[in-house]
Amino acid sequence: MSNTAAAGHTLAHGDNYINHTPGIKSWLGTLDHKRIGMMYLYTILCFFLLGGIFALMIRWQLFSPDSHFVDHDKYNRLFTYHGAIMVFMVIIPLIPAAIGNFVLPMMLGAKDVAFPRWNLASYYVYLTGALFAASTLFLKGVDTGWTFYTPLSIRTQSSATWVLIGAFIMGFSSILTGLNFIVTIHKLRAPGLTWDRLPLFVWALYATSIIQVLATPVLAITLFLLILERTIGIGIFDPKLGGDPVLFQHFFWFYSHPAVYIMVLPGMGVISEIIPVFSRKPMFGYKAIAGATFGIALVSFVVWGHHLFVSGQSEFANFVFSLITMFVAVPTGVKVFSWLGTMYKGSIRFNVPMLYVFSFLFVFTIGGLTGVFLATVSVDVHLTDTYFVIAHFHYVMVGGTIFAFLGGLNYWFPKFSGKMYNETAGKIACLLVSLGFNVTFFPQFILGTLGMPRRYANYLPQFTTLNMVSTVGSWMIAAGLLLTAFYLWRALKNGKPAGDNPWGALTLEWQTPSPPPMENFLYDPVVTDGPYEYRGEKIKLGMYA
Amino acid sequence: MSSSVSTQPGEHHHAHHFSSAIAEFEACKQGMWIFLVTEVLFFSGMFLAYAVLRVFYPDMVHEAHHMLDWRLGALNTVVLLTSSLTMALAVSSAQRGNKERTVKMLAITLLCAFMFLIVKYIEYKAKWEHGTLPGHLFINEHLKLEKTPLFFSVYFVMTGIHGLHVIIGIGIIFHIMRRAARGDFSKDYFTPVEITGLYWHFVDLVWIYLFPLLYLIS
Repeated sequence: MSNTAAAGHTLAHGDNYINHTPGIKSWLGTLDHKRIGMMYLYTILCFFLLGGIFALMIRWQLFSPDSHFVDHDKYNRLFTYHGAIMVFMVIIPLIPAAIGNFVLPMMLGAKDVAFPRWNLASYYVYLTGALFAASTLFLKGVDTGWTFYTPLSIRTQSSATWVLIGAFIMGFSSILTGLNFIVTIHKLRAPGLTWDRLPLFVWALYATSIIQVLATPVLAITLFLLILERTIGIGIFDPKLGGDPVLFQHFFWFYSHPAVYIMVLPGMGVISEIIPVFSRKPMFGYKAIAGATFGIALVSFVVWGHHLFVSGQSEFANFVFSLITMFVAVPTGVKVFSWLGTMYKGSIRFNVPMLYVFSFLFVFTIGGLTGVFLATVSVDVHLTDTYFVIAHFHYVMVGGTIFAFLGGLNYWFPKFSGKMYNETAGKIACLLVSLGFNVTFFPQFILGTLGMPRRYANYLPQFTTLNMVSTVGSWMIAAGLLLTAFYLWRALKNGKPAGDNPWGALTLEWQTPSPPPMENFLYDPVVTDGPYEYRGEKIKLGMYA
Repeated sequence: MSSSVSTQPGEHHHAHHFSSAIAEFEACKQGMWIFLVTEVLFFSGMFLAYAVLRVFYPDMVHEAHHMLDWRLGALNTVVLLTSSLTMALAVSSAQRGNKERTVKMLAITLLCAFMFLIVKYIEYKAKWEHGTLPGHLFINEHLKLEKTPLFFSVYFVMTGIHGLHVIIGIGIIFHIMRRAARGDFSKDYFTPVEITGLYWHFVDLVWIYLFPLLYLIS
């Protein structure tokens, strides 16, 4: 992809972004996008662990129909924290702010993001908001569900206000990251890196950033009004004072539906990077995928009403939202078939990142198709607030975002650290996570159609077996994730040197030493070709290729 | 938004990751425009809440709006429009490298901003005396129509957030006025003045919508 001289790389292997300046202070005050990305990564993973512990506690409670592990009040708090932490603190920032921060400027051949100080500020804003929200664990907790529906969220005696303030603050971090990325992509591309040569991960982050910038302010004003609702009773969302609780739902989902695509588009971008590298083939339908990314972003703004099918929305609105929602399947289908087309007749290598791609495709397709079930009003009325919705959501969010993240983490780990992880351990972990995921959530589709409602601490005895299976699955996921943490930690400590470009990838971030030097490149890169031109294998393959 | 520091008056070094000062200027300007888009969407939530209120309770909104003094609102509109003009003049002076005129125009803009806040204070004080405050704080007994507190909730939220933007604007304008007086800007570098101007015009524009929607209901 670039004419950066590979020979000179060995010269710079002593000095990189990790050891450039020593000491914790040089990290906490850094303006370097790679360090900020790593700070994001570690912080988000801490919250991922916390949210995961809540998930395990939920599943433990549901192992038997009349469990007394926690009481109903505590159970409400468990699922609220699981949802709020995983959505606001983990999945939304996970790929853009952690991996994206590191990789995006490098893919563009830039030295940094456009506004490095705002980038650092966004990290601290995120941290402040997250700590605000998490501090309620030591207060009265929060029991509204992560959606904060009124009037419950106005009347609840729990510490909802603090969580609302925390989410409000974190929104600014999301906006700052999005704004920074848009300007970076526009203004800091290397010479020759034209729009049709951008890696698809960059396209995905671009579309994500646009959604972040357009949708997050609406969440901000919604949460702000809700905070005022709780403190001085302004009444806009309070039926008792003449306000409208359905208006709150419109406000909330106007952000939170596009937010689903903030979560999944970067994941799709990661998948688009991994597939051509591990199939040794040019991307099939490059322009179609880039276009579909924007198609999804556009449609995401006009489908929020499908969350209100049973909230008293007019039947006409239901019809319109149902129809538009089904359109989401079109660009998504374009992507899935383009990915398959890329793999077709490729020389596929079954390394860990690629295995996560297969898991992603399998699971995400189920998640997407069950989304069409839920978009159909008549079916949705039956399935609303059942475990079917839970299963669908997790198939998309975990199967989509988390699997893509794990694939991306393994894929870029050699670039982040300069070390190679243990392939066998990685494969076992991937198997555990993928199998465990399906064992956990597939039974929930069945439970949902049988009518088991979500958000209850106990359930009828006839649902016992499927719930037990689901809980066992949650242990498999936990085991797989712990194994992942363990083998990556081992690799960091004493992994073998990975080389600069172990996968033989063509995008710019691989055309520089691993770990990268402080200013990313030893020479200013000039781009002469597209990102996936694997025809004829112009470049020398790395040792793991 | 610039991440570099001027070493000497009038001399500006663009940040290392930009290829040129022009690239940096363009990036900052684009960043500000995107920020303003987020602001539009932030305010749009309040405008939507306002619209719902008018549809739900047209009579109440009509009666309650008489509690607002349209003359003070109109005065503030004139004040802010004037400040927008002086801000535009400040930007064009900065582009020409006319330091004295830039500082003078920014000072007048600041003056207008303060005047806006003083008028707003007079209005808020009257609300306080009449007890027409938002939500649970509402204690006025003359306004009889149902749900009247809602109007004042929306009024205070909208004008309050706008007022907060004015206060933040005062801080920023004061800061760049000092920088201008120090001689940080020149024909080749006036990015902060330009993007502050964009922000300030946006703050004025919001008021241009707030004034008729809140004060001039018929």
